[in-house]
Amino acid sequence: MDIDLLSNIFFATVRCGTPLLLVAMGELVCEKSGVLNLGQEGMMLFGAVIGFIVALSTGSLWLGVVLAILAGMLLSSLFALVALVFNANQVATGLALTIFGVGLSSFVGAAWVGKPLTGFEPIVIPWLSDIPLIGRMLFAQDILVYLSFALFAVVAWTLLKSRVGLIIQAVGENPNAASAMGLPVLFVRTLAVLFGGAMAGLAGAYLSLAYTPMWAENMSAGRGWIALALVVFASWRVWRLLLGAYLFGFASILYLVAQGVGLAIPSNLLAMLPYVATIVVLVLLSRNALRTRLYAPVSLGQPWQSGH
Amino acid sequence: MLLSLEPRGQESRAMLWFSPLLAAVLTLVSGSLLFIALGLDPLLTLHTLLIAPVSDMYGVSELMVKTLPILLCALGLAVAYQARIWNIGAEGQLLIGALAGSAVAVNVIDIESRWILALILLVGVAAGAAWAGLTAWLRTHFNANEILTSIMLNYIALNLLLYFVHGPLKDPAGMNFPESAMFGDASRLPLLTEDGRVHAGVYFALLALVAVWVLLQRSFVGFQIKVLGLDKRAAGFVGFREKGLIWLALLISGGLAGLAGVCEVTGPIGQLVPQVSPGYGYAAITVAFLGRLNPLGILFSSLLMALLYLGGESAQMTLNLPQAITQLFQGMMLFFLLACDVLILYRPRLKLRWARRQMAAVPGAV
Amino acid sequence: MPQSMNQARLQLRHITKRYPGCLANDAIDLSIQPGEIHALLGENGAGKSTLMKIIYGVVQPDAGQIIWQGQPLNMRNPAQARELGIGMVFQHFSLFETLSVAQNIALAMGAAAGTPKQLEPKIREVSQRYGMALEPQRLVHSLSIGERQKVEIIRCLMQEIRLLILDEPTSVLTPQEAEDLFVTLRRLADEGCSILFISHKLGEVRALCHSATVLRGGKVSGHCKPAECSDLQLARLMVGDAEGLVAQYPKASGTASFLQVDKLSWHNPDPFGCSLTDVQLEVRSGEIVGVAGVAGNGQDELLALLSGEQTLSRSDAQRIRFANQAVAHLRPDARRRQGLAFVPAERLGHGAVPEMSLTDNALLTAFQQGLVSKGLIQRSKVQALAETIIQRFAVKTPNAHTAARSLSGGNLQKFILGREILQSPRLLVAAHPTWGVDVGAAAAIHRALIALRDAGAAILVISEDLDELFQISDRVAALSSGRLSALAPTAQTSQVQVGGWMAGQFDASPSQPDAAPQI
Repeated sequence: MDIDLLSNIFFATVRCGTPLLLVAMGELVCEKSGVLNLGQEGMMLFGAVIGFIVALSTGSLWLGVVLAILAGMLLSSLFALVALVFNANQVATGLALTIFGVGLSSFVGAAWVGKPLTGFEPIVIPWLSDIPLIGRMLFAQDILVYLSFALFAVVAWTLLKSRVGLIIQAVGENPNAASAMGLPVLFVRTLAVLFGGAMAGLAGAYLSLAYTPMWAENMSAGRGWIALALVVFASWRVWRLLLGAYLFGFASILYLVAQGVGLAIPSNLLAMLPYVATIVVLVLLSRNALRTRLYAPVSLGQPWQSGH
Repeated sequence: MLLSLEPRGQESRAMLWFSPLLAAVLTLVSGSLLFIALGLDPLLTLHTLLIAPVSDMYGVSELMVKTLPILLCALGLAVAYQARIWNIGAEGQLLIGALAGSAVAVNVIDIESRWILALILLVGVAAGAAWAGLTAWLRTHFNANEILTSIMLNYIALNLLLYFVHGPLKDPAGMNFPESAMFGDASRLPLLTEDGRVHAGVYFALLALVAVWVLLQRSFVGFQIKVLGLDKRAAGFVGFREKGLIWLALLISGGLAGLAGVCEVTGPIGQLVPQVSPGYGYAAITVAFLGRLNPLGILFSSLLMALLYLGGESAQMTLNLPQAITQLFQGMMLFFLLACDVLILYRPRLKLRWARRQMAAVPGAV
Repeated sequence: MPQSMNQARLQLRHITKRYPGCLANDAIDLSIQPGEIHALLGENGAGKSTLMKIIYGVVQPDAGQIIWQGQPLNMRNPAQARELGIGMVFQHFSLFETLSVAQNIALAMGAAAGTPKQLEPKIREVSQRYGMALEPQRLVHSLSIGERQKVEIIRCLMQEIRLLILDEPTSVLTPQEAEDLFVTLRRLADEGCSILFISHKLGEVRALCHSATVLRGGKVSGHCKPAECSDLQLARLMVGDAEGLVAQYPKASGTASFLQVDKLSWHNPDPFGCSLTDVQLEVRSGEIVGVAGVAGNGQDELLALLSGEQTLSRSDAQRIRFANQAVAHLRPDARRRQGLAFVPAERLGHGAVPEMSLTDNALLTAFQQGLVSKGLIQRSKVQALAETIIQRFAVKTPNAHTAARSLSGGNLQKFILGREILQSPRLLVAAHPTWGVDVGAAAAIHRALIALRDAGAAILVISEDLDELFQISDRVAALSSGRLSALAPTAQTSQVQVGGWMAGQFDASPSQPDAAPQI
């Protein structure tokens, strides 16, 4: 393998890992606060289709991004209403959100399938992008990838260093105690869910406006679900999330590598790789039940109401 | 003014069954609003969606054809969900059942014995069960979350199916279409009527319905499954085998989904095609919840879901609406159901704010 | 003694709070002076917890007035209560286990906490001043129960405190630890802090508190000065009929040994849990053995090993024997066939499935009593069993189809115990049989246990309540850090001695008759 191929692989790995990183960050914050939202796939698709339609009709990519984020938040607010206010089962509500989001995005986007759009172009930073191996990976990406770096920094700092992070963790571990201390549990959880929706919407926009600028039904191809597995992989720790997202990004571009080294494997079999990798990772990481118990937010997925 | 929820203290049995109906009505109302927003006549559209498809005998028989796979998958899911095993993998289990059955069928096209159909069906059921068994193994052995593994297995199953219809199972005489050869007559499920496509799979569905009902409502194993689902610690303290029950629930679930898949290819389709299932396995999730995980409830909700599928097709043809309307309604219905379920444990109250404040100000007021 | 100041620190007038199906607080009046240690007495379900949640702003009253230092106010939330100088130590601690001591305290203090660098020396200083040394960096899950309570108290003392509320604080302490706590509380009171001390233990209330308000059934049943009242007078105020509290049962000595636990050691893979070391225990048919101990000293682990929820390998099967039959490798249903019946610590979620009916809950453990035939449930037989239990053990419920969770704690416990007793066990293991149960039901449960003992069953009771163990058990031991003390006849030991065992001082010879006074 020559250095150019490696540099390309690194570049594509980060590109491919970015949507995963974005959704997974949202879900991480959500789960840290004790809420399991299985609706990531649905929110992501809805964000993707809204972002695409807005960008194509108005000609403004950024307006597309903003409305995609709002679209994700809109769906997540439905989740918050049903799962947090009405106290419905979070697993079922998340599934409903995904089914609804998949259907809604296909319905809304039916007339927009296959239309061409010029998406976000890479911004090549002079000098820095010439660094061997990692130059293109870090400094020749499009603006949304750079944005994901910045967002990661913000999320990591918030969770690890700030008082807000402490509050999120407290609410996710023991909502009763948090409430007894006067922390607004439902408010914190609702914000976390909305943040998750915003990130999923942004990830969707990245798919339809930058990664492959177009709209196709189910174009997220399970990334929302993989992101959920990523959070388990990361044992709810933010730095491992970054590592995991790019590892999965790498798994999804393995077919490029295979082509690069001249392997002829049917494309359908190669397309399975990220999903197989997800299962393998889940197996390796969940094997030790204790470890999951030690790191998972204690109240994850459990409905909670004040005054009980 | 303020809408507040007051705990009932005990769950309302009336609401338990009223809430799915309310959810269906709310879905129709929101659907109508959507149609109005799209500039369509809501009544006409609802008629096209829900009544036109079943206004003749052919429509009714198509309804039964569509109900069959949904019902089978949802019955299986009900068993798993009663144990709180969140099997999202009915779609994949269905596809693998269809794939495995087809793999046998295309190799026995010339055999005329009826037994060959039994073999094909068995292989389909076994393959579906085995695919669900993977999830069971990953869960009991490695503690891997079944939601994520089963959904990943859906994507893998779909890609496997695509690989086989584009490759090893492709009809050599099929002008390079991604389809298998048509199955032999002996491998096809017999039709029950002259016109229409209703086939013998209906008997399997009825049998499954009764069997699942007995399992869940009358048998001790079903009781153990429910205890495991409601209260894992109680199940452990009396010595119910958690792992065994997880295996059982998933094998039943997968076997029924596999049966659904193999019935599709040996029944109405007659060959393996990439679009074996328009998302029946996912629809079954909504159906199972809507039917309250109860076999009889599921029978009704699967009929409703099949109607939505038929309606989606006719809406596409006559009104040029995207077929995704089916999925959209599915999602809405499940959402409304979960939201309406709040009424089971809570009573809604409209409260006037000032009234509450006044009460607080009067000492001794209750 | 409390200074008779002109102005009460806290006054409650006609506080009323209704929950669906019950009036938790009915026009409660209460007044606390600065520097006063005031007891809030009452049995389980009397409304103590609701009242203090109202004072602390966790719950809002439906009616009534809170007057703080002469000013009527609406206590909206705990943050407001803390600002006023009200602190609270919860019975089930409101601590975050994965966070450090300092982080826990910072969360409660809000912006006043400052940076960790500013906070930690302050924590050290305050904890030393009150004789409760704490290391701010330690994670809460690594602390013992007693240490956790100290964290809760220090958390209250970090800001200027005017009223400290403690909810059953001694229920998690050994008698000696409780004595240390009282020293701290008296010192706080001397500094002018008011203390509201919630308890149902008469002895300690008399030893510590200047005055008391007694609740019964959500109402104030009396105000008094504990030092001037007898146990019986206080008990009457609490329960009306004090008979159950003072009942005496004859002791028995049992016949042949039934349960033998032999050098049982078990390493707990859970780092938050407790491991067992060399546990040696014997229960004879026809006797009740009591095991005392502060929560978290191996009770849950010992119970799981006895019930079969945790099995040992075949080679260790001899560690637990029923009538000389090795059972440690057997699962719960197999052990039940050998004569085991079991009442877990948690009624809802362990002993009974909350959402299921009483009928289904009868089937839950009795399924080996001919209730299942050819894999199908014999509905009518199960129904009959459930109705027998309800009738024989006076379970108050509309009918046998009622969900377990809608029964009161005492009634559900009677149902669970009845279900186990009707299976005619040769060994009954009961964990905290009367925890959270009203006095009438507790007395009924005690009588049922004694009757089962007299019918020849071996009974093991694990409890945190020393009074209860001394009342019903024939022999007693204590768990401390996963070790079990030697067994001693209850009549030949004292609560002080058992308290020593609970603290891990096993060397005191149990056979020595000890005339130490009861606490």
